[in-house]
Amino acid sequence: MFDLAEAAVEGALAAGATYADARAMVTSTEGLSARNGVLEGLSQNESAGVGVRALIGSSWGFFATPDPSVAAARAAGEQAAAVARASGLVAGPPMQLADVGAAQDHWDSGWDEHPFEVSLSERGDLLVNVTGTMKAVDGVGVASAYMHAWDTRKWFVSSQGHRISQHLVECGASMEATAVGETETQRRSYGGIGGIWGTRGYEMIRGADLAGNAQRVGEEAVQLLGAPECPSGTTDLILGREQLALQIHESVGHAIELDRILGWEAAFAGTSFLELGQLGTMRYGSELMNITADATLPGALGSFGYDDEGTPAQRVDIVKDGVWVGVLSGRDSAHAAGLPPGGMVRGEGWNRLPMVRMTNVGLLPGESSLEEIIAATDDGIYMETNRSWSIDDKRLNFQFGCEVGYEVKNGTLGRMLRNPTYTGITPRFWASLDMLGGPDEWVFWGTPNCGKGQPQQYGHTGHPAVPGRFRGVRVGVRGR
Amino acid sequence: MRDIVEICDRLVELVGARAEAEASSSAGRSALTRFANSFIHQNVAGDHLGARLRVSVGGRVASVGTDRPDDAGLERLVERALAAAEMRAVDPEWPGLAPPAPAPRTHSYDEHTHYADPAQRAQVVRRFVDAGPELRGAGFCDSNGSLSAYANSLGQRLTGRTSSATIEAIHRTAASDGRGWQSSSRLSDIDGDAAGRTAAEKARRGDDLVDVEPGRYEVVLEPSCLANMLEFLRDGFNARTFEEGRSFVELGQAQLDRAVTIWDDATDPRAISRGFDGEGTPKRRVDLVDKGVPTALCHDRRTAAKAGTESTGHGLGGGHSGGIATNLFMAPGERRPEELVASVERGLLVTEFWYTRILDPKTQVVTGLTRNGTFLIEGGQVVGGVPNLRFTQSYVDALRAGNVLGVGNDARLFDGTYHVPTIRLASWNFTGGAKG
Repeated sequence: MFDLAEAAVEGALAAGATYADARAMVTSTEGLSARNGVLEGLSQNESAGVGVRALIGSSWGFFATPDPSVAAARAAGEQAAAVARASGLVAGPPMQLADVGAAQDHWDSGWDEHPFEVSLSERGDLLVNVTGTMKAVDGVGVASAYMHAWDTRKWFVSSQGHRISQHLVECGASMEATAVGETETQRRSYGGIGGIWGTRGYEMIRGADLAGNAQRVGEEAVQLLGAPECPSGTTDLILGREQLALQIHESVGHAIELDRILGWEAAFAGTSFLELGQLGTMRYGSELMNITADATLPGALGSFGYDDEGTPAQRVDIVKDGVWVGVLSGRDSAHAAGLPPGGMVRGEGWNRLPMVRMTNVGLLPGESSLEEIIAATDDGIYMETNRSWSIDDKRLNFQFGCEVGYEVKNGTLGRMLRNPTYTGITPRFWASLDMLGGPDEWVFWGTPNCGKGQPQQYGHTGHPAVPGRFRGVRVGVRGR
Repeated sequence: MRDIVEICDRLVELVGARAEAEASSSAGRSALTRFANSFIHQNVAGDHLGARLRVSVGGRVASVGTDRPDDAGLERLVERALAAAEMRAVDPEWPGLAPPAPAPRTHSYDEHTHYADPAQRAQVVRRFVDAGPELRGAGFCDSNGSLSAYANSLGQRLTGRTSSATIEAIHRTAASDGRGWQSSSRLSDIDGDAAGRTAAEKARRGDDLVDVEPGRYEVVLEPSCLANMLEFLRDGFNARTFEEGRSFVELGQAQLDRAVTIWDDATDPRAISRGFDGEGTPKRRVDLVDKGVPTALCHDRRTAAKAGTESTGHGLGGGHSGGIATNLFMAPGERRPEELVASVERGLLVTEFWYTRILDPKTQVVTGLTRNGTFLIEGGQVVGGVPNLRFTQSYVDALRAGNVLGVGNDARLFDGTYHVPTIRLASWNFTGGAKG
């Protein structure tokens, strides 16, 4: 497939591009889903093609074709240059790229058990069994579960001499139970958004123990219908590590994307409350807050060998002792900002223009256990597992709903609470962080559906997280 | 590249008598020109060609897809589908394939849009940017075309084609953003200058910000807001959601205001749609709400069989999604949007909702934010811009009897799916702002 990528780059250069790169890709995906004890969906897909970027003046031109011939790839390169040239009608300052070495390499993500080599019947039985267990709980109306796996091969070539192949295997699974009441529904899940997803093989799903959690998930969904509503007010909030992963994704991960900070995503994804002049001095949160973007973490969903511009995976400090010190960047945005390129540019597939993407943006662990955090809290609420998420276009004002909450009184977990929500302003919220889970609590959560860009692309991101406590947070925001 | 009708026929032929089979294929081009800080920085285009095959071997059902539909790829697809089906248990609710039936004619294809030149999109962007020379423009203009085909082993054979074009963009001052948008099946309908003037006027008008406290306010919501509401409410009209008890809909009950009449109709000349759904069922109009009373649901073949009725042509093709409305219309009123604003003593005019997330499908409580133009109205006049506000509001409650104070005469197509007007509501629950 290198020959397709090379032909595409040659076509773009011949048509006038000052720089060009191309990715040929072959991706196989498989999704299984079950509902109420029946295997409902089995979907398999193969996708292959080549996408080429051509730089002319102030704009990227991009063209993609599924036609696997050298002639079509070369024509795609020519088309990409023509598209870039048309941008000259509404031109800006010339776009330039930060320097990176022209690597020639191969990288494999590694796995113990390739998901496609585990029989369909074994995988299907797991989903049938867990949905059957959840549905058997009296009061559960709908029980569903799914798993998804990707096998992706990439061949990257640039006009500066890059020649990189990669092979990534990713997978994940999730299940949820919905209890239907007179006036509302309640959901409890395991995995899912910000959940059990990684650049790993099926061994990760085996280790997640879906079967061992199915009964609990079903029972908790039903219990929620009868639980008292989360009170409204201001209190100390303890977040479970999975919810904290989502909090990091939304209120840190997107805010530090350099393309947003530069205004390139202003119309859709939005901008950021961060300004480049504050880099290195602005206080993002309390001194307990240490965030890194680390694409080298083995098995995490945002890990890879090289990004889609051929820049090696790396670990970058984002927030150090509470101070904002780093961004997520690519070659073009890094040059525009005068920063080193972070190697954080990826595209959803061969037919999408790569853009700045989170890698594994996560919180380094502190020193406490969840039990210690609860024991140290006189009056508060513990919330777990995301149910809804919403944040403004500058990543400042957020409101998140969780599936379940619990009262915390005098250091002890109390009654279950339904419809727990909390809201805040990003730097104020992170400044209130005063306890953090330790290394034993550190888990690499994954988000397989991070939306960004136009046309919209879904990215795979990782979020190492631990539980944490935040002081004086507004909770229990209601809509009725 | 290969012809999509030939691909479908070949797949059905390759399966032969071994299974019931339905094949679909689509081909097309998508192109999008993106700009920020008033210049084009990303300009993309691409061709796509794909095929899907669903087989049922005595009720054992599997679905597979590929975008490599050469001879070898199609043969591999068939063998994968049959092998996967053998692994499955019999689906007791398998509704069978769609019988042969003609699809209605739709009106949403323009060849010039399908094959539009990047220079044509750049011209639209140029006019948008020029409408706010002192401002920073950002957004996109796209043009798309798609041809689709369907065939099954019962003899149903259909083809369809659609095109679409959009400009959605903002103009920005240092303190505020304003949005303009247009959507059509034809790129030649897209007026970059008009969209740019709307966006620029909103941005300039919002530059002088007035702070308001969160709380309940009377609101005038522009069409994109109502489109966002229908995006969530439509799930309640999915027969699957309804059957599972997760829908807010109570058929025959006066749940909403008499001013609310909603239907789905792919055959309307203003809609962008082909004439059949993903299961090969011809699309038909469904009247969902008549003067505030929910009257019908959207079905796919599975939910229809369960309910003892016929599919309305709203299946996506996987066979388990239920019926999803994709060409929604809300009946317009008789008043101009300016008149709706003029009748508000104190309230807010909202251009757009952003990052809306549902908390519960049954109560339809949604949280989200305003964006790209939120204005304070006093004495019937817009008196200044307002920083973006967070709301937490039941969308069903928002349309209940008595809360709808007026519906505009300005219904238009948003996002290729929702044809909706401006609406004036007595109360909307704003729960936070930039300060928390």
